[in-house]
Amino acid sequence: MRLEVGDIIIKDVQFGEATAVQDGVLYVNEKELAAVAANDDRIKSVEVFLARPGESVRILPVKDVIEPRVKVEGPGGIFPGFMTDVEQVGSGRTHVLKGAAVVTTGKIVGFQEGIIDMTGPGAEYTPFSQTQNVVIKVEPVDGILQHEHELVVRLAGFRAAVYLGEAGRDVKPDVITPYETKPILEQAAAYPGLPKVAYVYMLQTQGLLHNTYYYGVDVRQIVPTLMYPTEIMDGAIVSGNCVSACDKNPTYIHANNPVIMDLYAQHGKTINFLGCVITNENVTLQDKERSSNMTAKLVGFLGVDAVIISEEGFGNPDADLVMNCNKIEKQGIKTVLITDEYAGQDGGSQSLADSTPLGNAVVTAGNANMVLTMPPMDTVIGYPEVAHVIAGGWEGSLKPDGSIEAEIQVIIGATNELGYGKLSAKTV
Amino acid sequence: MRIVHYINQFFAGYGGEEKADLVPEKRDGAVGPGAALNAALGGTGEIVGTVICGDSYFNENLEIATPEVLSMIKSFSPDMVIVGPGFNAGRYGMACGMVAKVVDEELKIPVVGGLYEENPGLEIYKRHGYFVPTGNNAGTMRKAVPDMAAIVKKIIAGEAVTEGFFEKGLRVNYFAEKRGSTRAVEMLLAKIAGEDFTTEYPMPVFDRVAPGPAIKDMSKARIALVSSGGPVPKGNPDRIESSSASKFGKYSLADVTHFTPDNGETAHGGYDPVYANLSLDRVLPVDVVKEMVAAGQIGSLHQYWYSTVGNGTAVASSKAFATEIAQELLRDDVDCVILTST
Repeated sequence: MRLEVGDIIIKDVQFGEATAVQDGVLYVNEKELAAVAANDDRIKSVEVFLARPGESVRILPVKDVIEPRVKVEGPGGIFPGFMTDVEQVGSGRTHVLKGAAVVTTGKIVGFQEGIIDMTGPGAEYTPFSQTQNVVIKVEPVDGILQHEHELVVRLAGFRAAVYLGEAGRDVKPDVITPYETKPILEQAAAYPGLPKVAYVYMLQTQGLLHNTYYYGVDVRQIVPTLMYPTEIMDGAIVSGNCVSACDKNPTYIHANNPVIMDLYAQHGKTINFLGCVITNENVTLQDKERSSNMTAKLVGFLGVDAVIISEEGFGNPDADLVMNCNKIEKQGIKTVLITDEYAGQDGGSQSLADSTPLGNAVVTAGNANMVLTMPPMDTVIGYPEVAHVIAGGWEGSLKPDGSIEAEIQVIIGATNELGYGKLSAKTV
Repeated sequence: MRIVHYINQFFAGYGGEEKADLVPEKRDGAVGPGAALNAALGGTGEIVGTVICGDSYFNENLEIATPEVLSMIKSFSPDMVIVGPGFNAGRYGMACGMVAKVVDEELKIPVVGGLYEENPGLEIYKRHGYFVPTGNNAGTMRKAVPDMAAIVKKIIAGEAVTEGFFEKGLRVNYFAEKRGSTRAVEMLLAKIAGEDFTTEYPMPVFDRVAPGPAIKDMSKARIALVSSGGPVPKGNPDRIESSSASKFGKYSLADVTHFTPDNGETAHGGYDPVYANLSLDRVLPVDVVKEMVAAGQIGSLHQYWYSTVGNGTAVASSKAFATEIAQELLRDDVDCVILTST
């Protein structure tokens, strides 16, 4: 499967008469975008804001971040199962408004939504302080239940991203990068001298606002399966969860999964990247055993020498991470794990809820309990008072002067376990 | 830079165990090992005062002794505090550690100490100061002093202290040069190639013990009762601490057929003691075991029970207690142990 990704570099975002990309500037017709996003009987209102890097702007509570993309060649469309039918994606050509992002906000759904600061110390911890953000503030009709509220906002974000992505359909990309993974036997034969590697992609599926979707299917319902790495680049995997902001994978980061990108960067040079196994993080022991058994089986079936395993979330999924590690290592297949830590605000506690001596190669995305003070911003998009209740905040997190003192757990992507950021932790 | 030194009764020249009840006192200038430390600092800093306390007094009166010692330290307006070295003296190490903790938390100034690697105070309090590794007894003072002075000098010079002390065990965030996924791929390549790599998070290793083989005939077995639930004779004669125990107790079961509010209680501070104190059999099942011995179902009951408090007690301390208890049980031909917690 071969996909060309054409990046159209976006350096600025502005409101304009027509939604279009011109000389690296994304112009947005505010009314049209609001109308597209609001196209759902369950939505009362949509407002659109712009937030650029370096501006004194805070957005909270952020639910999801989505990258505008458009399918220009090949089957299917972006976000299969939601915005298009369920045709197989991951081949042909896709254009990306690289540097732009849709950010969804609005009344809080759960407790685990996050903060994006566009400047100041908080901005250091989120990748979305560096993107040209089109913020969609979505308010649902009264009386809506949480899970439906989440769905409504999720879909509004996808509609907005697809609408903006269309602006890139006929624009000549600044950079075109081909990614290719061949059918398994062919791929295995392609680089006979190189070690074979797969990627075990754990998806958050604890349920009750902790869901992830693959072609529209709740991943909680699947048994682990094989995936071509290019599928994610067309939005095959989307976030539907309100896990702690720091280590949930926003839809944007799924589409840019850095593990897949970095494995592709070595593909044919130092390794032979055969593909991905996607698996879930369900809460019952039987589900955990079944999924880790199946994951280990598929990895063995592929006949690889080594895998990278990434976790999403923390606590309960630490058990899935450890099971996957144990069962794969016991087949003689080497593992590297990516996780983050909850070592307490002072860093003195045990970081994970489960442990295995076979997990001897771990990359950490940092201690999510670290406390940070984020000074007041000139503009707040959303509802600053939710700082008191979101995971990582506490009663009193929002100070009278508008500053926020909270754990970095509240910051979108701060300890992303796909390794999207540079944060790490060490013992002193 | 003004430095205050904390030492125990022994190093102040009062004497050993017989003087361990010494109440806190303070003196101007250096006392005991402080003189050598002062000399090693070569004028870069000076010990302006010394606070002295008996090890027994400190550990058995933590709630009084700790603020007393802290306020004496504070009275010298220090920029830094040195504790010990405490070598492998358990109670001295615990006192040095506790002093480090309150100085760190309340005064927020650096603490330098010296402890032997197995001192129980180290595991519990190492996060609160720069503890230099020392030998296990005072005979190694001549090595400990320059090692401690080296760290003190670095702090005085405003240099980063990166080595020469036990890791504090604190996880601290930093921004790496490369993103996490790239670090993961590089680690994977090294692991595949069999090259050295360094995990960013050494997973904790739980000390899992395989259970011994089952005893087939209990009617011939000699069993013992051991507990971390704090069961002690009424009045807690050994003053086992309610949390972070520094010792275990050994008590006779010869005259006990079952417990009442008059002959037993729990020393444990981590759970509601009401029901344990009404009948300690709930924590240490002497009543049932003695009945089973009488009925011939169990061969015999070892005549002593061993007890400590698990609440807040460092794994290192628990291991030390268990090693000693296990050796006694083996010596006394015990076949198996009923180990109760809380």
